Amino acid sequence: MLIDWRSMSFRERREALQGYLSISPWVIGFLFFTLVPVLVSVYFSFTQWTITSPSEWVGLHNYIRMFTQDPLFWQALKVTGNFVLISVPLKLIFGVALSLLLNLKVRGMNLYRTIFYIPAVISGVAVSLMWIWLLQPDTGVVNTLLALVGIKGPGWFWDPQWALPSVALMSVWSVGGSAIVYLAGLQNIPPHLYEAAKIDGAGAWQRFWRITIPLLTPTLFFQLVVEMIESFKVFTQAFVITKGGPLKATYFYLYYFYEEAFQNFNMGYASALAVVLMVIIMTATIILNYTSKHWVYYAAEEEATK
Amino acid sequence: MRPETTMTPSIKAPLLSRRTRRWLEPGLTYLFMTALAFIFMIPLMWMLSTALKGRWEILAWPPQWIPTTPHWENFTEAFSRYPLGRFMLNSAFLVAANTVGQLLAVPLIAYGFARLRFPGKNSLFVIVLGTMMIPGHVKLIPLYTIYHRLGMIDTYWPLILPAFFGNPFFIFLMVQYMKTIPRDLDEAARIDGAGTWTILYKVILPLCKPPMTIIIVYTFLWTWNEFLHPLIYLNTFDSFPIQLGLSMFKGRYSVEWNLFMAATLISILPILILYFLVQRQLIGGIASVGLKG
Repeated sequence: MLIDWRSMSFRERREALQGYLSISPWVIGFLFFTLVPVLVSVYFSFTQWTITSPSEWVGLHNYIRMFTQDPLFWQALKVTGNFVLISVPLKLIFGVALSLLLNLKVRGMNLYRTIFYIPAVISGVAVSLMWIWLLQPDTGVVNTLLALVGIKGPGWFWDPQWALPSVALMSVWSVGGSAIVYLAGLQNIPPHLYEAAKIDGAGAWQRFWRITIPLLTPTLFFQLVVEMIESFKVFTQAFVITKGGPLKATYFYLYYFYEEAFQNFNMGYASALAVVLMVIIMTATIILNYTSKHWVYYAAEEEATK
Repeated sequence: MRPETTMTPSIKAPLLSRRTRRWLEPGLTYLFMTALAFIFMIPLMWMLSTALKGRWEILAWPPQWIPTTPHWENFTEAFSRYPLGRFMLNSAFLVAANTVGQLLAVPLIAYGFARLRFPGKNSLFVIVLGTMMIPGHVKLIPLYTIYHRLGMIDTYWPLILPAFFGNPFFIFLMVQYMKTIPRDLDEAARIDGAGTWTILYKVILPLCKPPMTIIIVYTFLWTWNEFLHPLIYLNTFDSFPIQLGLSMFKGRYSVEWNLFMAATLISILPILILYFLVQRQLIGGIASVGLKG
């Protein structure tokens, strides 16, 4: 980026300087809290060191070990991949369904919006602790309620088969967060489209698939990307509830990363793990972005900007 | 012979009269929404119910939703059993420091991007947006090493410092908002002799209350709920913020779920209060930028 100062007037020069001054906190922050750390992370991934021992250049060794000799890496990848594949569609379906309900035109709907959004604001350790108590196999309220209707509830977090679905269930509880975003998308759909379709004799089902869904695709796409990235980064639940167990059934990728980096202090190997996750997330985002050309409908926005 | 029914006119009489439908449809909506809201609230209600129970009541079969005698003293007991006051005070300090940082940095940075002309502005703004997509964990080890060198491990610096350089989400939000403020206001102030910075702090910023509210609320929520960073950077028990503090008690007192749920409930109370105070602006704000909790 070359700046041709000489062709600028005094006022322009002053404004440009003021501009750089005003964004300088971000520039400094970007350099020291993002750019340098990311580059250093890539460098670290080619070394081997602990916090006390000096670093040693090992080339691609960390990556080779990861892909060929580390079953934990594959387990973490499998768990996290499965979780993304379970939780993202679940949140998408429930989120859209809930937003359709919240979009119904009845008085007092704001109260329901407030209620359904509550779980989205209280994420963190408190929620994890709450779910441990709710999903106790013998005394938990969920299994008790299931028993009332004659279903024997599973062992949830304590059953290798059910532990991962249990974490997905937790994320569905906070689906109100995505529903509010879909709701905004729904409210941007011009009502005259529905009226025109009604006159043409389209039923509710057809209006949903031919108008609502296509015009919601930009929001769907945005949420799909955000929720996929979030699902790759599950940590608190694994740390607080399961410690990665039982039988490594909830051995989430970031939890493995945390153990390697901050419990075993294998900083080089952990950096390689971090870099691989970053590459996976970015690749997935790029692929989604590429497919979006085929299914995301941008006409509504073109119309809106006219 | 074909049955008589096929002879009836094809236009069916409505099943219910128009008047009945006018109240029945919203009625059914309310019924369904209330039932669903009730199901969604079961976890929180059960948490409250448990927090009000006696030690042995929590295991009663069939489960009791409303304790016979509510043990309100569980809440004071939780405060004396766990250093909740200490943890919440620590979190409050972190919230305050992070809020100050964001409020100092974000309007200034956003002003540059929204109003001032300088070469390279557009590409730099693309980088601002791009940094939102870089997962935070990639930066953890290098940052940890830097803080370690600087002797900042087990201090609050790593949890506060980044706020003073502006969060990209907030910058984006603020830029978008500032762009909606008419430039005529700047020009008028400039004619009156106001300089660039006076315009920012005397003209633009007073009009930016909605995004400022969003920034304050989200900084509160994110800082209060933050777990991974305090876990990595802090070692001293007395300096733990609330989430880290709470996580330490899991398992240790697992028999006393009533006290434990009381403590958990106390820990989310500040967030619930804040949420009910600002829920209208918050939900409107999320809708406009797609931010989540």
